[in-house]
Amino acid sequence: MSQDTLFDKVWDLHKVSSLPGGSDQIFIGLHLIHEVTSPQAFGALKDKNLKVKFPERTVATVDHIVPTDNQSRPFKDNLAEKMIETLEKNCLENKIRFFNIGSGNQGIVHVVAPELGLTQPGMTIACGDSHTSTHGAFGSIAFGIGTSQVRDVLATQTIAMNKLKVRQIWCENKLSNGVYAKDLVLHIINKLGVKAGVGFAYEFAGPAINALSMEERMTICNMSIEGGARCGYINPDEKTFSYIKNKLCAPKNEHWEKALKWWKSLKSDKDSIYDDVIKIDASKIEPTVTWGITPGQSIGINQQIPLLDELSPNDKLVAQEAFEYMSFQPGQSIKDILVDVCFIGSCTNGRISDLRIAAQILKDKTISKNVKAFVVPGSEKVANQAKREGIDLIFKDSGFQWREPGCSMCLAMNSDKLIGNQVSASSSNRNFKGRQGSPSGRTLLMSPAMVAAAAINGKISDVREFIN
Amino acid sequence: MKSEFTPPIGKISNLNGQCISLIGNDIDTDRIIPARFLKCVNFDSLGESVFEDDRKTLKGRHPFDLEKNKNASILVVNSNFGCGSSREHAPQALIRWGIKAIIGESFADIFYSNCIAIGIPCFTLPKKSIKEIQNYCDNQILFLEIDLKKSAAKSKEFNFNLGIKESSRKMFLSGEWDATSTLLENEILIENKFKQLPYIKFNTNLL
Repeated sequence: MSQDTLFDKVWDLHKVSSLPGGSDQIFIGLHLIHEVTSPQAFGALKDKNLKVKFPERTVATVDHIVPTDNQSRPFKDNLAEKMIETLEKNCLENKIRFFNIGSGNQGIVHVVAPELGLTQPGMTIACGDSHTSTHGAFGSIAFGIGTSQVRDVLATQTIAMNKLKVRQIWCENKLSNGVYAKDLVLHIINKLGVKAGVGFAYEFAGPAINALSMEERMTICNMSIEGGARCGYINPDEKTFSYIKNKLCAPKNEHWEKALKWWKSLKSDKDSIYDDVIKIDASKIEPTVTWGITPGQSIGINQQIPLLDELSPNDKLVAQEAFEYMSFQPGQSIKDILVDVCFIGSCTNGRISDLRIAAQILKDKTISKNVKAFVVPGSEKVANQAKREGIDLIFKDSGFQWREPGCSMCLAMNSDKLIGNQVSASSSNRNFKGRQGSPSGRTLLMSPAMVAAAAINGKISDVREFIN
Repeated sequence: MKSEFTPPIGKISNLNGQCISLIGNDIDTDRIIPARFLKCVNFDSLGESVFEDDRKTLKGRHPFDLEKNKNASILVVNSNFGCGSSREHAPQALIRWGIKAIIGESFADIFYSNCIAIGIPCFTLPKKSIKEIQNYCDNQILFLEIDLKKSAAKSKEFNFNLGIKESSRKMFLSGEWDATSTLLENEILIENKFKQLPYIKFNTNLL
């Protein structure tokens, strides 16, 4: 059993009681909600005649269903309009702070909370969304929950949960030029598998992690869940603290010093005990692309899609399914696969640094005529910053469509969808069957830089050819 | 689709029903219920859309469309079932279709908690036993009697010792699997905890 890791410290601090049966009752320091997984929870609260216990510890925004072309109200999609209206009403009735469209702070919940300084080290953070693990980048213990647990957090500010084991993923050396956090996390998921993290929290550590910016760290923790780990985190350091400083909801004045002192005490002790430790050499990683239907099915840009015989017996079943669905051949090169759609955005890679990197690649270039490409900033703040830097113009000049903030085609709950069996080069997090809105659509996950390169060439390309 | 849905309440100790086998590893919650069906403010109509895209692709050959499975209630799956999105809509769609328990090689964490929260016990069995059941279901009907007290399942042909988290097993047996009331019992402890947390004091700007 793990001891003295950040996870242990934060878990123990938030433990309210040991429940009969062996799970723990854990206090949730920050609860984030959005329109998709909260309405039934508010409904259940009403049915049980319960009130929101700590309304000031829940913060809401709208992201999954928002259109990215025309956001004027009412939305064209009646169901989407109904969902945003329900959220507005629930927040108003329960005195919950809501960052609506046009507030300047709306966006994907996992982009918005860090931007506002809501996400802080040492907190427990829960949200009815599996990518809540993103917030672990700040040394918080953050995880996705279902709607029944959203109900529990609203009613009690606590949930019942079994304590997780802790696996440290030690990333040695540094990523090479043209290789990004997305490539690192795809590589980790490939090496460990998509279910290795079940029952674990992942602690990402080592020189390659220390070298990452906060936004890159969010990309890593965001995809913990794709490796099966409900929670992923990174010990806080000076980068963490300076990212939070002066944000809207960050501690101010004399509180800042107190916060800093406490945050510094949180990191895993030097002699802490882990349930498992894995080592990864970051310097060996190439730009990485998925070829299948799980985020674990990925290869380096210069590799070939594996042959069935090269895979472990456990991986063969899903690989066979993937070959059939994707219509790719075992042994085929991933490079030069033609793409129809290019998507830059999502809670994984929709932040300002992601847009900056893609824009550097696209500057003075034109995308392929055969490609429909669009960029969806992660939040209104990201969009506004990009406009100040002229990044929106670089995207538009290259042929990309510049859209309004939201989750968009990461999961295609709005009208941004693949058609038929289109191939999508996507900076999002899931390449599941049908994920991007067409039951036969095909998604290849990669870094925003690689999406930009694919857009220019109209096919999967090595972004390093555009750098230097 | 079954007749009108009534959610389970109270103690759950015995579950008897016909097995429905669904073969495949890493079956994600997007496949169980595609995102377009999440545009709703209640779970009522999800049952008919469970596995919608997979079923359309298989044109009537999907296990959830086979006539012989129409009264099945024990879903038998392989490894990492329910991975991906945290959408509770996935188990809500399954329970509304008629699934009362799931037996699998392994489950994704969030899916597992969602099932427990709405009263679907999830059990594990080794790969070999799952294969035996799935092979049997290929051309015969298998009825299993699940006994949560003994963590066991039996039929005329089989006897299995089921794996289940002790915390979940106890919750079902005591009827306290609907967590809200259990959590609320500790109201004073919750308030004390709130006052103890260091960041509550220095987060004056939260609201």
